[in-house]
Amino acid sequence: MTPRLFDSKTLLLTMIISIASGKGGTGKTTVATNLAFAIGKAHILDCDVEEPNSHIFIKPEITSKSPVYIPVPEIDKSKCDFCGKCAEVCAYKAIAVLKTDVLVFKELCHGCGACEYFCQKKAIKEVNRTIGYIETGEKGDLLFTGGKLNIGEAMAAPLIKEVKNRVKLQMTNIIDAPPGTSCSMIEAVTASDFCVLVTEPTPFGLNDMILSVEVLRKLHIPFGVIINRSDLGDDKTVTYCEKENIPIIMKIPFDKNIAMAYSQGKSIIEALPEYKQKFIALYEDLKERIE
Amino acid sequence: MKELVILSGKGGTGKTITTGAFASLAKNKVLADCDVDAADLHLLLKPEIKEESDFLSGTEAVIDKNLCNECGLCRELCRFDAISEDFTVNPIACEGCDFCANACPQKAITMQRNPKGKQFVSETKFGPFVHAKLGIGEDNSGKLVSQVRKKANEIGKKLKSDWIIIDGSPGIGCPVIASMGGADCALIITEPTMSGLHDADRIIKTAKHFNVPVKLIINKYDLNPEMSDKIEDYCKSNDISVLGKLAFDKTVVEAMVNGKTIIEYAPESEISNALREIWNKINTEIL
Ligand code: SF4
Ligand code: SF4
Ligand code: SF4
Ligand code: SF4
Repeated sequence: MTPRLFDSKTLLLTMIISIASGKGGTGKTTVATNLAFAIGKAHILDCDVEEPNSHIFIKPEITSKSPVYIPVPEIDKSKCDFCGKCAEVCAYKAIAVLKTDVLVFKELCHGCGACEYFCQKKAIKEVNRTIGYIETGEKGDLLFTGGKLNIGEAMAAPLIKEVKNRVKLQMTNIIDAPPGTSCSMIEAVTASDFCVLVTEPTPFGLNDMILSVEVLRKLHIPFGVIINRSDLGDDKTVTYCEKENIPIIMKIPFDKNIAMAYSQGKSIIEALPEYKQKFIALYEDLKERIE
Repeated sequence: MKELVILSGKGGTGKTITTGAFASLAKNKVLADCDVDAADLHLLLKPEIKEESDFLSGTEAVIDKNLCNECGLCRELCRFDAISEDFTVNPIACEGCDFCANACPQKAITMQRNPKGKQFVSETKFGPFVHAKLGIGEDNSGKLVSQVRKKANEIGKKLKSDWIIIDGSPGIGCPVIASMGGADCALIITEPTMSGLHDADRIIKTAKHFNVPVKLIINKYDLNPEMSDKIEDYCKSNDISVLGKLAFDKTVVEAMVNGKTIIEYAPESEISNALREIWNKINTEIL
């Protein structure tokens, strides 16, 4: 079983719904933000830290911005005897010990802490390396938390973890997860009560969705599928879901007005108010599935 | 030999469709799919696999219950919350840092290396193709990407190819950095949306950070011509050449459904002509 952040039986009101997709650009952020708008009072967490977009639609007033670090070693050469232990225990080759010098390749360091622990001479101190930052803000009753990875930074997972640590108790948390099935996606969806997979009914969409399905099954996270641009493609996605007993919880047909609204950073609900009811119905459906 | 990597920042903007079109248009090239998390290019290229190898990378800790005396040290030291209360390692959470294995007083922990994916060298009607499949929920996609690129380059050198054409991955993190480092050109496919602009900006900055020359295509420009102009202005002020603009066209989806590149499926369509023009520009500007 995956560890649950909170036990929904004791904290009935705390809910974590993650919105993911195998393939990028299928409408994950659209679903996440419109669901948040429809609920009205919710917390949206943007865990797509490489290319965060939720803020474009939510337009929160940012009230705080804080850096996220990972610990990396710093060597005090006056204490070091160049024994080489630190390099030996580092699984990522982030340290090289020379005759009279120790080199630390900070971008390779995963911050595991082993080098500091094993250094007999206490020559290693951990210092912070910034990998990105977290912004928090509000828009009416909506709370917003978003992570942004620094340019050139490879390590997204620790930042996502930090964003997830901001999950709020006794309310609905909506997580906008990164696309794909990588460690970043897994970090983002872990401990969700339910995961919504947004896909498009094309061969690419289906191919990538199947991979996400396998990941979610491995993580034991219940999930359902939303088919976006449901009339552009073929019916293989529907057939697959039926065969696999995966609930299709919503279909959103292609509509130039939706595409236009999206391009301007507007929500669907704003452009086509009839969608508000549909997203409220989706929320009710999700609640039922979670309980 | 030039290495061209096609990227999107934001996913789903038409990166693979464009790569597929170039597969049809370019002569004397090796193709590579570096979007190893969500590899789709094979659906268009229909590869015939010639060579298959395991991808080994990273390790996972395994605790031998017979040796473990439940002292709790490993749990205390592990910074990735990978060891449960009953001292079993969650392989998905384990980062393979070896810390616990090196520290365990009972020597009860070993690091095990399992195959995490597969790499393929294939033959396609468009030429050789290197691709991969990452095991479900495995990390280290960056390493697999580097391997795929390396293999494609080896083949390219042997065959004296003109091009290595790479379908990159979305985002700006680890696999993307691995896809583009040292490439001759990063071609960004973007859409005329606020998010498209925001994401293109981040991927362009990433490419600049790694000194990779950037060019750009605006896909579905007619969905919001105003935003499309904005992106062109942005490119102008950042000295990035916009190679072309593609109109929204449902034929693209039809081609995909039929498992064909757009050039094969609708060679005389407007979008195919536009892509041909773009390819010619790439030839004159890069080769
Ligand atoms: S383990 Fe400590 S003493 Fe040995 S080389 Fe590393 S920093 Fe120096
Ligand atoms: S903290 Fe871990 S990864 Fe970083 S240098 Fe030390 S041993 Fe290597
Ligand atoms: S450190 Fe070794 S002996 Fe102690 S709990 Fe962990 S595995 Fe068992
Ligand atoms: S190898 Fe590292 S991440 Fe894996 S269980 Fe041991 S300490 Fe934790």
